Amino acid sequence: MPSVKRIVLDVLKPHHPNALDLASAIASLAPDYRVSLTIIAVDEKTESAEVIIEGEAVDFAAINGVIGTMGGTIHSIDVVEVAGSPVDPL
Amino acid sequence: MSNWIKQLAFLLYITGSRGIARRYVVVNGFDGALTMLGLIMGFHASGEVPATVAVSACLGAAIALAVSGLSSAYLSEVAERRKALRELEKAMIVKLGRSAHGQATRLVPIMIALVNGLSPLLISVLITLPLWLSSQHIPLPVDPMSASIGVAFGVIFLLGTYLGRIEHSFWLWSGIRAVLIAAVTSALIIALER
Repeated sequence: MPSVKRIVLDVLKPHHPNALDLASAIASLAPDYRVSLTIIAVDEKTESAEVIIEGEAVDFAAINGVIGTMGGTIHSIDVVEVAGSPVDPL
Repeated sequence: MSNWIKQLAFLLYITGSRGIARRYVVVNGFDGALTMLGLIMGFHASGEVPATVAVSACLGAAIALAVSGLSSAYLSEVAERRKALRELEKAMIVKLGRSAHGQATRLVPIMIALVNGLSPLLISVLITLPLWLSSQHIPLPVDPMSASIGVAFGVIFLLGTYLGRIEHSFWLWSGIRAVLIAAVTSALIIALER
């Protein structure tokens, strides 16, 4: 079963919750998640952010749920790194 | 319970409503305290008014202030929150009804209304307490009307010091400033009663 190791998302979010709140909410989904969030554009009511999430098995559906709950929306999945598990010799 | 409080604090934070709630505590609390002070000063100046009559009048006014605070804050906050949500949805080009912003649009007006309604009610009850104790024939070391007036001045002083803390000014001066307003109000009532 392949698992996602790294994913880069283009996210549109309101000013509140701020970048720290959103990144913390995503990181709290799993103990091994590492989240890097960079604000790349600021508008009157919204911000565009590049969100990089790294982990042993990144759960996209859960991340999408958290971003949606915080009022954000995923515009695109820009980068994904997926690793396949070793084939069972038997 | 603590998760609930955290969630409510989060909703107040994302809507920028903490300052509004704080303002309502002071504004309507001050309203409640001054209204009670005015009523009790009026009773005091007009002579012998039974404690039961004074308690009924004060509680009636307190309930009216609470209902007025609840309903006016709820109606205005619902309108403000819905407008803010519509504008945010327009900017985000998505529906936010299920997000924290949607939840805040539903819950924040209720929280603000409770603050706006309970603040004058609790302060009024506190000020009326000595009169109520007297009406229940519980002996007090001082005259109940004077005690209620004293409590009213004390509460007004505390509200003033709270404002001083918010604006980072000298708390004692803020408290004295609020007490001066109450003193002028009392003087006006006494002058008009004569």
